[in-house]
Amino acid sequence: MTVVASFVVPVHPHPMLAPESNEGYGRLRAAFDEASARIEASGADLLIVYSTTWPSIIGHQIQADPNPVWNLVDHDFHELGTMHYDFDIDADFAHAWRDAAEGRGLTARTVNYHGFPIDVGSVVSLSLLNPGNRIPAVIVSSNVYANRTETTVLAKSCLDAAAAAGKKVAVVAAMSLSNRMFTRRIEPEEDRIHSLKDDEWNRKILQFLEDGRLEDVGQLSRTIHHQIRVQKVVAFKPMWFLSAMNDHRNDLTGEVLAYEALHGAGGAVIHLDPASNGRGDKEYDEENVEVFGGDRNVLDTDSEEQDTEDAPAAHPAPASNSGPALWDPVEGEDAVNTDTAPKPVGAYPHARRVGDMLYLSGVGPRQPGTNAIPGGPIHDGKGQALDYDIKAQTRAVVQNVERVLKEAGGSLENVVDVTSFLVDMDRDFAGYNEVWADTLGKVGPTRTTLAIRSLPTPIAVEMKVVAHLPQ
Amino acid sequence: MGGGRIVAGCLAPHPPHLVYAENPPQNEPSSEGGWEQLRWGYDRLRASLAEVDHDVVVILSPHWQTYVGTHLLGLEQFEGFSVDPVFPNLFRYTYDLTIDLDLAEGIHAEALAAGLDAHMMRNPDFRVDYGTITTAHLTDPEWSKPLVVISSNRSRHYYSVEVMQEMMAELGRATKKAIEASGKRAVVLASNSLSHRHFTTEPEVPEDMSHEHITSHAMHLWDMRIIDHMVNGRTKQLLDEMPEFTDQAIAETDGGALTWLLHALDLPEYKATLHGYGTVIGTGNAVVEWPAWRHQEGSA
Repeated sequence: MTVVASFVVPVHPHPMLAPESNEGYGRLRAAFDEASARIEASGADLLIVYSTTWPSIIGHQIQADPNPVWNLVDHDFHELGTMHYDFDIDADFAHAWRDAAEGRGLTARTVNYHGFPIDVGSVVSLSLLNPGNRIPAVIVSSNVYANRTETTVLAKSCLDAAAAAGKKVAVVAAMSLSNRMFTRRIEPEEDRIHSLKDDEWNRKILQFLEDGRLEDVGQLSRTIHHQIRVQKVVAFKPMWFLSAMNDHRNDLTGEVLAYEALHGAGGAVIHLDPASNGRGDKEYDEENVEVFGGDRNVLDTDSEEQDTEDAPAAHPAPASNSGPALWDPVEGEDAVNTDTAPKPVGAYPHARRVGDMLYLSGVGPRQPGTNAIPGGPIHDGKGQALDYDIKAQTRAVVQNVERVLKEAGGSLENVVDVTSFLVDMDRDFAGYNEVWADTLGKVGPTRTTLAIRSLPTPIAVEMKVVAHLPQ
Repeated sequence: MGGGRIVAGCLAPHPPHLVYAENPPQNEPSSEGGWEQLRWGYDRLRASLAEVDHDVVVILSPHWQTYVGTHLLGLEQFEGFSVDPVFPNLFRYTYDLTIDLDLAEGIHAEALAAGLDAHMMRNPDFRVDYGTITTAHLTDPEWSKPLVVISSNRSRHYYSVEVMQEMMAELGRATKKAIEASGKRAVVLASNSLSHRHFTTEPEVPEDMSHEHITSHAMHLWDMRIIDHMVNGRTKQLLDEMPEFTDQAIAETDGGALTWLLHALDLPEYKATLHGYGTVIGTGNAVVEWPAWRHQEGSA
């Protein structure tokens, strides 16, 4: 099991800096302490924080400074004092997550800069849930423009990286429920939920979560945002992330540890245990998407041209609309096939086992389901050359290799020999080689790299892999 | 005291890309240039402001976002290191700025008197937002003048553009009143872009200008319409259209800075000077000056 516990926690600094000034703040602080103890008891060896107070624009940002140290002062509540932080971040995992996100078609980058301003939601969460840096953590931003699809794929890429690293993960969504604060200073003793409507909706959310119906709350997220959320830049997205991290389940074991007002906003500490409560049904009706296919370029100046007849479709769709037909992988006694790898372009299996050896058919970067090409196709439907990212393509190849190996019960560690094919050795060798060094290069298989004229689909790199996989 | 006045007001947007492109010693990352149209616009603005005697610069930045009232920096000195949380690859800037505390207190008092919720920010560990720093740097790279720094109250998000405009109109008038009472000559800066839809990807070389353009034709049309109002002195029409502009162009005027500026300038009917326009990662940015001193009696 990858996710061993999930939590919702508030983002305001009051439980950290002024728990004694209001009984409610004190109860939230006690709930943080209880959640902290439960994280320790869960056996988690990695803490993932998805924070709504870290908005991003250029894709998804993942904190990768191994030891960020700074003083944070809240923009509104600066009179409460200074929050000093000194965190241990799992930078290796951050990089692996970034790679996995790119492999699923997302734009993602790690940030490792001295003095980077870690946001208040993350600082409060990590300070109170993980005192003394008991376990390493990773923080991810909440992208301003990301919709449900993109947020879901972000979570799945996190699970990819966690599974590959064998991590047991505790997930934290740093967020408010209703987020309307009083717009004038109030005394702590005057604090209450801003309106009856906000309170009713908050209690509705709490009831859902206490019943373990996380995916249902995800489905309600847009409604909740319209009903009780001030239209700040980051919408009510964390439930999409949290739900995808929990396999879109509605049968979790939920417990509300505290629910209180924070200057009018709704703050709750909630524990979602993956143990099934035996009741829930899956009711979600939105696509359980595996790969991000791009933002549809609705505002791109090229979109009109792309809509015209015979014009190539928007990136990265060309690959799904051109090239050879796709086949179901050939079945057979020794065949190894998986839905998590892209469909073949001919009559062959994904891999075939012979004794302790596993021989993979040529593996490219195409994505299962969408056929999209991370990093973009090398040419459009008319053969016009396009710019593409060889590193993204190479990472996607390695991930597809990993998927086939996983189906066979193995991992990249089992790879013994690789033959790589590049369609443009001069342009691409360096980028390909860099990704290789970060991935298969660490395993150490033998390798041969060849330049060839073309491949059957508009991709720049393919690998022929042989693995030793004792039965 | 008395006799103070606003000698110039400027729309002075804060894309950190422009500081990055300049390679000033305070900023860690280095570049090969980029966004020259806007940077030349700032060159022209600086040259123009150099001709105007002034004592203090007042900035309202959309990146000090406050939801509980309007806040002002309330200590005489702030120094530190500012890293843009969205573009940390471009902006990591060491700052050391001086606050005109008397004027800040004066604006605070006038805001309270006008019925607004206002607070002085006196925590010495507070990190000044990168919008303020970028606008301050681009208008005065020598940091030769003391500043007054005002937060952006997010009333547009809590209520509507109309409510935001009402509140920022009050704040603008309060600012003007405090400046007049201070006896000082002030330059007033609204630190915001116009249309504000970003691209969600960044080229490998951020300053690769072959990737830079407005995100959509509609955004361009809105930006040009608003600029046309500015350079033809149609301030009231601009304010009338602010709700549609702010919503449809996802404009950074949502932070209230431009509305505040125009009211501090007492709704100027004279023509503003457009020093430059350009896009930054798809957003529309204009450097505009209202040369108030030219329209004041006894000014030269």
